[in-house]
Amino acid sequence: MAQLFHPRRALSTNPLKSSAPLGAALAYLGIEGGIPLFHGAQGCTAFAMVHLVRHFKEAIPLQTTAMNEVSTILGGGEQIEEAIDNLRKRAAPRFIGIASTALTETRGEDVAGELRALLARRRDWAGTAVVYAATPDFEGALQDGWTRAVEAILAALVPRSPERDVDLRQVTLLCPSYLAPAEIDELVRMIRAFGLTPLVLPDLSASLDGHLSDDWSGTSLGGTPVARIADAARSACTLAVGEQMRGAAQILEDRAMVPYHVFPSLCGLKPVDAFLRVLMQLSGSQEPPPSIRRDRARLQDAMLDAHFFTGGLRVAIATDPDLMFALAGALASMGAEIVAAVTTSAQGPVVARMPCDTVILGDLGDLEAAARAGAAQILLTSSHGRHAAHALGLPLVRVGFPIFDRLGAQDICRVGYRGTRAFLYEIANAMQAVHHAPRPEDFGATPPPEEFTHVPQPAPC
Amino acid sequence: MSQALQSKIAAVLSEPGCATNTAKPEAGRKKGCTKQLTPGAAAGGCAFDGAMIALQPITDVAHLVHAPLACWGNGWDNRTAASSGSGLYRIGFTTDLAELDIVMGHGEKKLYRAIREVIEAHHPAAVFVYATCVTALTGDDIGAVCKAAAEAFGTPCIPVDVPGFAGSKNLGNKLGGEALLDHVIGTREPEHTTPYDINIIGDFNLSGELWQVKPLLDRLGIRILGSISGDARYAQVAMAHRARATMLVCSQALINVARKLQERWGIPYFEGSFYGISDTSAALRQICALLVAQGAPGDLAARCEALIAEEEAQVRAALAPFRPRVEGRRVLLYTGGHKSWSVVSALQELGVEVVGTSMRKATQNDRERVTEIMGDDKHMYENMAPREMYAMLKEARADVLLSGGRSQFVALKALVPWVDVNQEKHEAYAGYMGMVDLVRAIDRALNNPMWADLRDPAPWELPLGAGPVLPAISGGCPVTNLAAGGQQMRMPAPRPAEGPAPAMGLASSAADFEDC
Repeated sequence: MAQLFHPRRALSTNPLKSSAPLGAALAYLGIEGGIPLFHGAQGCTAFAMVHLVRHFKEAIPLQTTAMNEVSTILGGGEQIEEAIDNLRKRAAPRFIGIASTALTETRGEDVAGELRALLARRRDWAGTAVVYAATPDFEGALQDGWTRAVEAILAALVPRSPERDVDLRQVTLLCPSYLAPAEIDELVRMIRAFGLTPLVLPDLSASLDGHLSDDWSGTSLGGTPVARIADAARSACTLAVGEQMRGAAQILEDRAMVPYHVFPSLCGLKPVDAFLRVLMQLSGSQEPPPSIRRDRARLQDAMLDAHFFTGGLRVAIATDPDLMFALAGALASMGAEIVAAVTTSAQGPVVARMPCDTVILGDLGDLEAAARAGAAQILLTSSHGRHAAHALGLPLVRVGFPIFDRLGAQDICRVGYRGTRAFLYEIANAMQAVHHAPRPEDFGATPPPEEFTHVPQPAPC
Repeated sequence: MSQALQSKIAAVLSEPGCATNTAKPEAGRKKGCTKQLTPGAAAGGCAFDGAMIALQPITDVAHLVHAPLACWGNGWDNRTAASSGSGLYRIGFTTDLAELDIVMGHGEKKLYRAIREVIEAHHPAAVFVYATCVTALTGDDIGAVCKAAAEAFGTPCIPVDVPGFAGSKNLGNKLGGEALLDHVIGTREPEHTTPYDINIIGDFNLSGELWQVKPLLDRLGIRILGSISGDARYAQVAMAHRARATMLVCSQALINVARKLQERWGIPYFEGSFYGISDTSAALRQICALLVAQGAPGDLAARCEALIAEEEAQVRAALAPFRPRVEGRRVLLYTGGHKSWSVVSALQELGVEVVGTSMRKATQNDRERVTEIMGDDKHMYENMAPREMYAMLKEARADVLLSGGRSQFVALKALVPWVDVNQEKHEAYAGYMGMVDLVRAIDRALNNPMWADLRDPAPWELPLGAGPVLPAISGGCPVTNLAAGGQQMRMPAPRPAEGPAPAMGLASSAADFEDC
């Protein structure tokens, strides 16, 4: 339905994208005992780390190969080796995820080849899985970096198996970049409610959910255990959330014949119904647990209450493609009109399926202009959208990454019946919070003559 | 109940201006609308509520409720009457009587102090003091307190002696109007008058509805001198006796005020409505006709006709795009105060089928109009019990319900779209532009894709079927060499769960966050 529109201009105003390596780092943080390692200059890492810290309000163990001028020119293989040695010495990680940056990719470094040689040579690195994903900053956005990293993890750690040794009660849940820890919790809850055991990958719900840990750790505080990743081969099915996880699910199928379902969205009544249907089939139960029934009935009621606010609501949204598709779809199914859609990446088929005519591949400057042109009533984007919201005088619902001017980004849940209900209330409340007392001018009427106006006199009491 | 209040109620109940009342036989007419409410089967507000509805829209006035907390603590801040000026009327003032105040008879003293405090803090144009059941029972003389306070503080204090047990909300409307007649109207003179000065009585400017009509009056040079009480200043109520004509918008509520303005000051009135296209035009015509009869220049009528022609053409053009979106859809109208037949005819013009309309507060005249428009009277309903309405909607005998908030959930729970057309609504539907807004609201409600989603069966209402449990492998299979999309891999079928999943004996896991 929607056409992707790429504005022909050189200047980007108020960037919307977060970089691909950052997305890869985020995915690596969903592996237990993991450290993401940027192969690039120190600054690449510092900016990304500050970005992540501002969003999660957590210490982020993001490291760098600290490329200098000489190593950039001569090749950074030694920097990688030294970095891994140091990391192993200082933090004993079980997992190191390397993401390349624009700097090393511009030079054209063959990190994959060098790493292969390194791993063959350094037998003493056993006990630390090392994975590499090529994530040049100049290609794609956070979502694409995340995708590359998850694919790299699976390709490196799931062995090819010639036959199927299936655990019919286990499903692999492949999480997209936009799932907040609370959203993973919600999906896990739904899967467990059907008696199935989820293998979550990457699992930010155990690492960046914002919990107080007992000890200081130089690695991620939780996540998918490295040893469990290979078990994805045994799952009855892969449940891939978001089109961005289709490639990763395909890798599991190619390597281990695990069939998969892709759920482009898990926000909204119908998308969640489809998810439920699959869970019912996988568990072989026609009767859902009572809690799920209740959650659905509650969502239905929430839809009735919220549709007075979403019906005809003109929405401007700007975020990564999969999240944009999920949220815009949920709102459109509630009668909202998407008047402006801006996204970060041309990857994936969801852009074409957006419920609007045009999707702009652009920045927050485009969002502001398109929202103004489309007379939008509400903005959905990251915290950076506050400038546009202020300029337009519109409410801003913070979605995606980064959310740095509100606490609790990790608790936001907009998936499943319960999450959809919360999302609809969020939108309806944002609209109700807009204080608009009607004025005569709104209707082209003149106010009453001045002579009728009461002039307060100090009372003689 | 005081003797004065009793005789006032008797007078109001046998209102000669009321068409419903005059249509009754002689004996019944004397009896008036003294129907007692039925315990266990009553719904709707009390007389105090009615008085508040009629008077609260006066914007620069402090509305002080002399009562324990139930009356105003539960009742305040729930209406959408809009103001172009002061916001004082929105502030909730009450004497909040405590047990000791009532037992010891401190009510009057507390009221006097409260009046002083509100005047000191807010310098209102006037203070309206509302009696309620408890203070009427304890015998607080709010009239005397108001008189003393007005003299002491130099601010008009208006007693509104309408305790809730006096009767229905409708009676309260009228008694509120009586308070204005007794204490406010005629107490001030305007700086100047024009031949184009009118009163609008019975419009409360809900969500700005008065302003949807005002541009029309502005263009004709007609001035709203007196307003009771939409977006009214106190002065406008006090000067209402100097207008040349009165339009009575909600005839049921304040007909006594319009009639007495005619009796005492010779201001002619007519009953009209600003809902729907034809009614709006008719109302404009009548306003102009009355003004011309009262001495306004004769060209007013011609200017009015030109305006109506222009506006009607404009609104029909604005409505045309909605026709394909609402045509053939069935509407059930269930409204209270305003007359629905004009809305009915406007909707019918758009191809909307009106499958029913309530006649709860309609007059005989209204019935005839509706019969005329709808062909017969079989689609007229008196009161419809919620269960009856639910059944009707559930059977999909209507596509959308237009009603007030009380039946909102009857429609929603039957998964039928609903549009609020009553006094708590947040959108304005008056005049020509309001008709477009109403149709837009109907379109928005009717055509929301949500309804189809909601009516679809839940995932568990469809049988799982005999299809494959697992999706087909899409890529080639290294074992069987089967190409993608070819023969399906044979998987062992999973063991079917027995009953709901919790019975499966879920092992508790560290990753469990709650019971499922």
